[in-house]
Amino acid sequence: MLRENVPDLSRFVEPDRVRRELYTDPEIFELEMQRIHERVWIYCGHLSQIPKAGDYYTVQIGRQPMIMVRRSDGGVSVLYNRCPHRGNMICGDQKGNTGDQFRCSYHAWTFHQDGRLKNIPMMESGYQGTRLMELRGRSDADCNMKPAARVEVYRGFVFASLAKDGPTLKEFLGKSIVAFDDMCDRAPEGEVEIVPNCFRVIQHSNWKLFMENQIDALHPSVTHQSTGRAAHEVEKQIAKKAKKGEAPLSYHMLSAFATVTIDKWDNFQTINYPYGHCILTGYMGLRPQDPDTLAYDRIMIAKYGRKRFEEIIGVNIHHVLVYPGLSVQSPLQQLRAVRPLGVDRTLTEIWHFRLKGAPEAIYRRSLAYYNLVNSPATLINADDLENFWKCHQGLASDGGDWVSFHRHYGRDLEKDGGVESGPGMGTSEAPMRNQMKAWTEYMRG
Amino acid sequence: MAKRKPLLKKKSTMAAARPLRVSPALQQEVEQFLYRQAELLDTRQWQAWIDLFADDGIYWMPPDASYKTWDGQPAIFAEDKNLMTVRMGRVLHPDAWSQRPLWGTNHVVSNVVVQKSSASELLVKSRFHMMELRRDDVRHFAGSYLHTLRKTRDGYRIALQRVDMTNAQAAYDYVLQVWV
Repeated sequence: MLRENVPDLSRFVEPDRVRRELYTDPEIFELEMQRIHERVWIYCGHLSQIPKAGDYYTVQIGRQPMIMVRRSDGGVSVLYNRCPHRGNMICGDQKGNTGDQFRCSYHAWTFHQDGRLKNIPMMESGYQGTRLMELRGRSDADCNMKPAARVEVYRGFVFASLAKDGPTLKEFLGKSIVAFDDMCDRAPEGEVEIVPNCFRVIQHSNWKLFMENQIDALHPSVTHQSTGRAAHEVEKQIAKKAKKGEAPLSYHMLSAFATVTIDKWDNFQTINYPYGHCILTGYMGLRPQDPDTLAYDRIMIAKYGRKRFEEIIGVNIHHVLVYPGLSVQSPLQQLRAVRPLGVDRTLTEIWHFRLKGAPEAIYRRSLAYYNLVNSPATLINADDLENFWKCHQGLASDGGDWVSFHRHYGRDLEKDGGVESGPGMGTSEAPMRNQMKAWTEYMRG
Repeated sequence: MAKRKPLLKKKSTMAAARPLRVSPALQQEVEQFLYRQAELLDTRQWQAWIDLFADDGIYWMPPDASYKTWDGQPAIFAEDKNLMTVRMGRVLHPDAWSQRPLWGTNHVVSNVVVQKSSASELLVKSRFHMMELRRDDVRHFAGSYLHTLRKTRDGYRIALQRVDMTNAQAAYDYVLQVWV
């Protein structure tokens, strides 16, 4: 339902701080769903989730239950998960194969894979002369399942927008498109495929707290100190006993949370873009020379040539935030999609991908990260979730009205259409300020 | 048109379901081992719990029941003793923030069935129900265990524990901090 009287939300957002109501007010949440999530490009899934005709996944866009389905002509449709008859959800499960038609469980109305009405039992006798039949034949007729206004696919990643106007997907993504390019380019075949398991974790907090956390360079060594330390201790023990004096990479993935001390994070950099996106750059470390990496390098060079290979491997990214709902760790092929369920309730869907054509040993690195950091038994996210919950509790209190984003304010650099954290200021709260600036623009309508 | 399958199967499947006959002494030994393992979790004796595993032992919780192996596959838990030691170290660290609130678990283990028995190993299926209190919220986790128990001089050691949790694919209201 559209609200006519929209409060002046710009007074809720100052350049260096925002009002706590942004995270706690259910009316603001409803407006966000309307003006942000149900307008912009939202990630639905990857084509490899729906390889065969009739394969579908249900997905939430804003407050709208949708269906992403592979058609028999090879294309993908994104439809509202709603029967035009009496409003019944067509698909009541997470995923499946619907064959060449959808069929409602209530009165057996059937629809083509693109949502157009196919048949109603006793249709002629039941509906002859009624208004339903007058408009039938139009693609936007009320007797069809309604499709999402726009659907675009980039390198297998399916996005939908519920608004018929607005920037194209590429215009919207801008430089954040590197999240998908960095993932796919690292595959010898230039493509990724989904590993068909989704872990789903609920946060009892506002979706924006998660988005702000993903590129928050200041917190890892504090929040995740316990795991970092524990992993470091075991890593040292393993290294002592190991033939080559090294523990498996997975230990380093965890111990880095303690060994990269808080001050070192200033050596990173965030680059912040219009529409709220952000790139957190990675370590410019030494290139690994272990046999598995070298084998992978050889395959990549054979496919791409040395020059292009160096370009690909040189992409220096830790994390890409695609506002308002994607957190992508492209060098490790991890993807988390954010589905806001309520002002204080957020679902994250956690996936990872396989690089097509890469050796198994390379996949096992992504897998190790997925299992250790992103599974429901995560050694890392437990403490983030604790912070999110406590943030929500604190923000709902009257103990303060503002959320501070002052860190390194005034020292960001505008460059190439983006706002970069200054040199040696990787912990700048520029990404949060950038997200809130975008938020204000979206909410203005 | 395809031939219709008969509604009733000709061969009884009862034979496959008949349990292995084991001595009451063995049944009791195995049950007591499983009860002790659960007790160690509920009383937070993490190192003693880890010590029940063989040196090459694995604690495995697959994402769903269809998984055949833990190796090279997504898993909720797929831990060797080194990773178990990391988890223990994390949980005992003074700055394990999510450990600060009120938290406790209670396991009930039952339906213990020895499926296979050889000179060196046992395969044991059982079912469990764990209630977890965290702050003021109660969560329930349940499912089955499949233990491969190795007979050693010092008693049984777990070579592989497979945990098929009924909740495994549901959305998690919070995460799992320790083994279930």
